[in-house]
Amino acid sequence: MADFEPLIVAFCCNWCSYAGADNAGVGRRQMPTNFRVIRTMCSARIDPEFILRALSKGADGVIILGCHPADCHYIGGNYRARRRIALLRLVLEQYGFDPRRLHLEWVSASEGEKFQRVMTDFVEEIRALGPTPVASEKLAAMERNDRAKTAEE
Amino acid sequence: MTTKSALVIGGGIAGIQASLDLADRNIHVYLLDNKPTIGGTMCMLDKTFPTNDCSACILSPKMADAAGHPNITLLTYHEVKKVDGKEGDFKVTVLKKARYVDPTACTACGDCVAKCPSRGIPDAFNYGLTTRKAIYIPHAQAVPRVALIDADHCKMLTEGKCGVCAKTCGKNAIHYDEKDEEVVLEIGSIVVAAGFDPFDAKQATEYGYGRFKNVVTALEYERLEGAAGPFDGHIPVPSTIVYDKFGVADKHGEGTRGPKSVAWIQCCGSRSHKSTWKTYCSSVCCMYATKQAMITKEHGQVDEDIFFMDIRSYGKEFEAYIIRAENEYGINLHRGARVSNLEEDPVTKQITVNYTDAEGNGMSKVFDMVVLSIGLESPKGAQELADTLGIELNQYGFAKTTVYKPLETTRPGVLVTGAFAAPKDIPTSVAEASGASAKAGAFIVKDPSWEPCKPKVYPAEKDVSGKEARIGVWVCHCGINIGSVVNVPEVAQYAATLPGVVESHETKYACAQDCLNEISEAIVKNDLTRVVVASCTPRTHEPLFREACRNGGLNKYLFNMANIRDQCSWIHMHSPEAATQKAKDLVKMAIAKAALLEPLEGSDIPVTQAAGIIGGGITGMTAALDVAAQGIPVHLFERDGELGGFAKNFVHKEDGVAVADFLADTIAKVNKCSLITVHLNAKVTEIPGFVGNFNVKLEDGSAYPVGTILFATGAGEYKPVEYNYGSDPKVKTYVELEKEVAKEPAKYSGKNIAFIQCVGSRSDDVGYCSRVCCSAAIRNAIQLKMNDPTTNVTIIHKDIRTYGFREDMYYMACKLGVRFLRYPVDNKLPEYDGKCVKAFDATLGAEVDVPVDVLALSIGIAPLREEKEKLAIMVKVPISKDGFFFEAHQKLRPVDFATEGVFVAGTAHWPKFMDECIAQGSGAASRMLTIITKDHLVSDGIIASVSNADACNGCGTCVGCCEYNAISIVIDEATGRPISSVNPGLCKGCGCCVAACPSGAMEQRGFRNKQIMAEIDALLERPLMVKE
Repeated sequence: MADFEPLIVAFCCNWCSYAGADNAGVGRRQMPTNFRVIRTMCSARIDPEFILRALSKGADGVIILGCHPADCHYIGGNYRARRRIALLRLVLEQYGFDPRRLHLEWVSASEGEKFQRVMTDFVEEIRALGPTPVASEKLAAMERNDRAKTAEE
Repeated sequence: MTTKSALVIGGGIAGIQASLDLADRNIHVYLLDNKPTIGGTMCMLDKTFPTNDCSACILSPKMADAAGHPNITLLTYHEVKKVDGKEGDFKVTVLKKARYVDPTACTACGDCVAKCPSRGIPDAFNYGLTTRKAIYIPHAQAVPRVALIDADHCKMLTEGKCGVCAKTCGKNAIHYDEKDEEVVLEIGSIVVAAGFDPFDAKQATEYGYGRFKNVVTALEYERLEGAAGPFDGHIPVPSTIVYDKFGVADKHGEGTRGPKSVAWIQCCGSRSHKSTWKTYCSSVCCMYATKQAMITKEHGQVDEDIFFMDIRSYGKEFEAYIIRAENEYGINLHRGARVSNLEEDPVTKQITVNYTDAEGNGMSKVFDMVVLSIGLESPKGAQELADTLGIELNQYGFAKTTVYKPLETTRPGVLVTGAFAAPKDIPTSVAEASGASAKAGAFIVKDPSWEPCKPKVYPAEKDVSGKEARIGVWVCHCGINIGSVVNVPEVAQYAATLPGVVESHETKYACAQDCLNEISEAIVKNDLTRVVVASCTPRTHEPLFREACRNGGLNKYLFNMANIRDQCSWIHMHSPEAATQKAKDLVKMAIAKAALLEPLEGSDIPVTQAAGIIGGGITGMTAALDVAAQGIPVHLFERDGELGGFAKNFVHKEDGVAVADFLADTIAKVNKCSLITVHLNAKVTEIPGFVGNFNVKLEDGSAYPVGTILFATGAGEYKPVEYNYGSDPKVKTYVELEKEVAKEPAKYSGKNIAFIQCVGSRSDDVGYCSRVCCSAAIRNAIQLKMNDPTTNVTIIHKDIRTYGFREDMYYMACKLGVRFLRYPVDNKLPEYDGKCVKAFDATLGAEVDVPVDVLALSIGIAPLREEKEKLAIMVKVPISKDGFFFEAHQKLRPVDFATEGVFVAGTAHWPKFMDECIAQGSGAASRMLTIITKDHLVSDGIIASVSNADACNGCGTCVGCCEYNAISIVIDEATGRPISSVNPGLCKGCGCCVAACPSGAMEQRGFRNKQIMAEIDALLERPLMVKE
């Protein structure tokens, strides 16, 4: 598992955390490459379905980044996101996902340094958790296929 | 009488901003530059402080905006010859210099340049670091990007022999018989933004510039360092650069190597009374040198030293930048060091810097390269231009202005902005440029025959419904910002293989005008129905690319962007393979979403044509008067019982006029103006609404509808807890002392008076410099010495920050015998025992006892964070870490907030002097005018809508979660069922209701469920990641 490189989907809101991610770039703050950002206008736009879709398709982790409490560009969108994520984590556990694979954090437009820290920490946390159970299912199936092929030869 | 235009002289960032502001409020502008391209000095820079933003990246969109703006006519390579008439009705004669190339026909293909036999002409844009030919394109991001002939070096024009370029040109664009031409323009007002010239470093003979190869000026260093410079961003030691026989520098010549050590020498040409030097401080050099040192560090392990007298980091978040440079980047700062001369090793060409350190010890250190931090001086030809315009220059050769009228020259109708008035940085120039345009606009719109420009007409949008997506992809190198990490060709080739992609290109700068034109043309030529650009970030560049789509007849919402710079190459500099993989993923995701995008239309929003200004100090009143000058009503809200703000505390004079008199005059003007309604004792409780439609609600229940909001709420004084302030009668703030000295000067005659700087600034608790306290202390010290030369005045400081022309005050104070003691920056405040201040004097290297009768504390400016937070929350704008309002962009949007329609100016933004507050107040007025001079705005198309009416059962979940009351349940006419309905004028497009909708009936345009799902699917249909 030493070679395991997690793949993480990061949802960022347009006004705070996406700008914070840009700010990290402007500050040339180096961090692991393991995440891909999907921009939405507000963290409240993130439908739990998106998260389930990402996890079921093999993402090792999903992180939602929104504005700090009281900073939401849309007044209270981040509070709604917080409630939805809290509920979803309960559901995830029932589906066999470690709830730590879903994380919510606040990053403002000026917090490039926090973006760097949050992403670096989350990548490490997921690395420690190991590959998603979805991936191991997939890998196991691939291995079975390989063995079957070898047996045939 | 015909409608008059504005004339902006100088196409640098200040001139561009002034033009854009005027043009955005439908005034026609001629933007004139004597050079063949706009962009000024800023386009020569590599990065900008304190954000280290790529200069080209933030300037290019503005240059493209100016070039593409329907209300701006570019007059590059023109000169002003004569100005007749008077304000409101000038006749300006301009000379159109012959380019010998028809700019409308030239495509900047470069064929003529390749064939031209005249070589070896020093390339001025690169400060002669390389050479060019007689026909040339000024530089890669030139606007307009067309060729021109240098008549002095062209064989055809000088000797009548050659003509190769005309034969080569496939467009017949070259005409050797072109002549200079004079044109007369009808002008209402003029904004002069003619910029500056760098100090000629050859005057500083002790530094050996011109004799020693490895001594360069800071501007040359920008070009050496620049990604778009002649060395692709790999800084070479100049003595190792390989040139061919025509003087063309080889980018990667054999033996060319980077420096292992670089020194910066500050104040080259500034702060000196040597005959060829300037006495003033050039204001920007400390910061740019630190920036260059930081950027150099990012290029590789380099040992770096900066030699300076005082470090002048007085601007917004500058102090934190310097601290970061020293602590995090390990740059050696030699405070109080004076460099006597430089020596070159004849063999290694290394440079020895001989200097005295802060303690006066003779020292020397050897470097591979030395950079001279050259100052700013008034541009060559400034006097001639001033004579033509009929304006006066000051004793330094810059345009003459006053503290109370910082944007006005001595001739009515002629305004000034940018470094032509005084050395200044980019954000100050930008804010002032807006301010000058507010003043300039007033002269034009008050003419009753004035007619606003008609809106731009775009080509008809093509119908894409039912058609399969035909996607064009452009992957940007961003100079080397992306290309040095991400394998751009590989990404572009990969994009070409993806479904729906019909063409995929790599480009050096996607934001440059030639690429934008290419995109517009490809939409027509190749029938593209979607465009994807992979480059910097949509936050800055999406509008520009959307405009290119509209110019090609494509709905602007059919554009999508992949962020492969800010969120990829810049944060993964050391993992090129993994970063390339990431860039491919991001491009794939962007393409997958683009394929599903739909054309959208915005809706019309009516605008309340009035401004709401919160804060009745100098800044707020200036803004109010400037808005009212263009016929727009203003509500001015002041929390106190009278207007005036902090300036009521000032007893001194500026330019011979007491601040109190100026203040009284301004208050009288505000009270007399019929368009300004003053609300005293006004406590703002709520500001609901959005751009064009705010409603300022007060505690007394009254409410005032306005179209825009300005926060000019000022700042406060730091309340000292140091030095037993309040209990020890000897200890006063400098503000208190100044008032008392004005009242009873004799009381302080012959006394021992000590000022302690940085009380409540640059400390562990307050991280920033309060900018004004050095000058304020010196102003006081001079007054005390003028009252009685026997008074002992001592100023105990960390650095003296009398930037710009204020440096002369410092010099005068020294001449009057004011003592300056420098204590170490990392030291705590000097001790005080009730009789003496024990100050560590860095020059003596020892502690000295300074006896005091009065201890004046140079208190800093406090942000009043709590008050700001209350207001910030009402319109959702951010506060900076220091507690001041945080603008949309520190460099190019200094008075705008990210929230549309809300602006900031004055000390609410950052500590600043009165003239700076006035200029910024005018700047904010101009920004507000771009909105409230229109009677309607077009809203964004990205809003929620019920896209599947059959699925909606009117449950109302969406109604409950909408923060803007934009949704209501109505009875559907067709079915008679209750159904959800979105008011497009109120919807802000957050998408909260969409995620809440249990039936999938609600959708967010531009961010539909299936579009976001497509992004997720595009990413995860790939092999697992491989370790680099």
